[in-house]
Amino acid sequence: MAENIGIIFQWLIFLGMAFFSIVASLLLVTRKNPIHSALFLVLNFLCVAVLFLLLQSQFIAIIQVVVYAGAIAMLIVFVIMLLDLEKELRAGLKIIYSKVIGGFLALLFLLGILYSVVAKSPTGKTGSYTPEKMTANVKAVGEVLLTQYLFPFEIISILLVAAIIGAVILSKKRT
Amino acid sequence: MWVVPTIPPALYLMLSGILFTIGVIGALTRRNAIVVFMCIELMLNAVNLTFVTLSHFLQSMDGVLFAFFVIAVAAAEAAVGLAIFVMIYRSRETINLDEINILKW
Repeated sequence: MAENIGIIFQWLIFLGMAFFSIVASLLLVTRKNPIHSALFLVLNFLCVAVLFLLLQSQFIAIIQVVVYAGAIAMLIVFVIMLLDLEKELRAGLKIIYSKVIGGFLALLFLLGILYSVVAKSPTGKTGSYTPEKMTANVKAVGEVLLTQYLFPFEIISILLVAAIIGAVILSKKRT
Repeated sequence: MWVVPTIPPALYLMLSGILFTIGVIGALTRRNAIVVFMCIELMLNAVNLTFVTLSHFLQSMDGVLFAFFVIAVAAAEAAVGLAIFVMIYRSRETINLDEINILKW
């Protein structure tokens, strides 16, 4: 009976977070004001972070909150405030023919994804990271990251340095 | 004894597909460059959800690390992309994607 209550709570959290993340992303796409879109983006990131916790990946959930909802969303809001978008706000949303066609193709794409999810359940060799082992999630991630994935990890650090230098050079005033 | 089934992976994958499709629709229909950029972040996030779901249900660590790398690349992309938007706005006074078409032939 105790397990049943835990699983019912998992279902409630999953359904609530799924509902809120879909609503937030729909509002992101439809709001005219980019600031509102950015705040709904943060809401969506937080909902997905809770889903990561439900999947027992505490490390990714924390990184999601710190990097996505903290750093990237803050950067987006900052740039929206730097730019003066008043005129473009007044222009509003125009529905034209190509947008209707694009939305229709995207819906077909969704049907393809849903069919491929329902048709075949994920199979494959299961690894050694059982749920009991995943309770020490950060330790497990660190071990794999610094042994098996050491080379991609170093490449990512070079990529971040290159991005920082690129951003500085791009936003510098031409002399 | 009545036992509640656990959440199947198909539901997580469907949610991720729905979020990805909403991101695609936004990127195709909105014309403000920053909103398109936010829709791309939404799509990256949906893909992360797929990675972590499959990693959980296959009891492997590779998906979690891929999600980590995707987040790092998204951070780099955000820095460079927003710098480009500021530069375009400085020279052309707009970031409407219909008017920024100098790369078109």
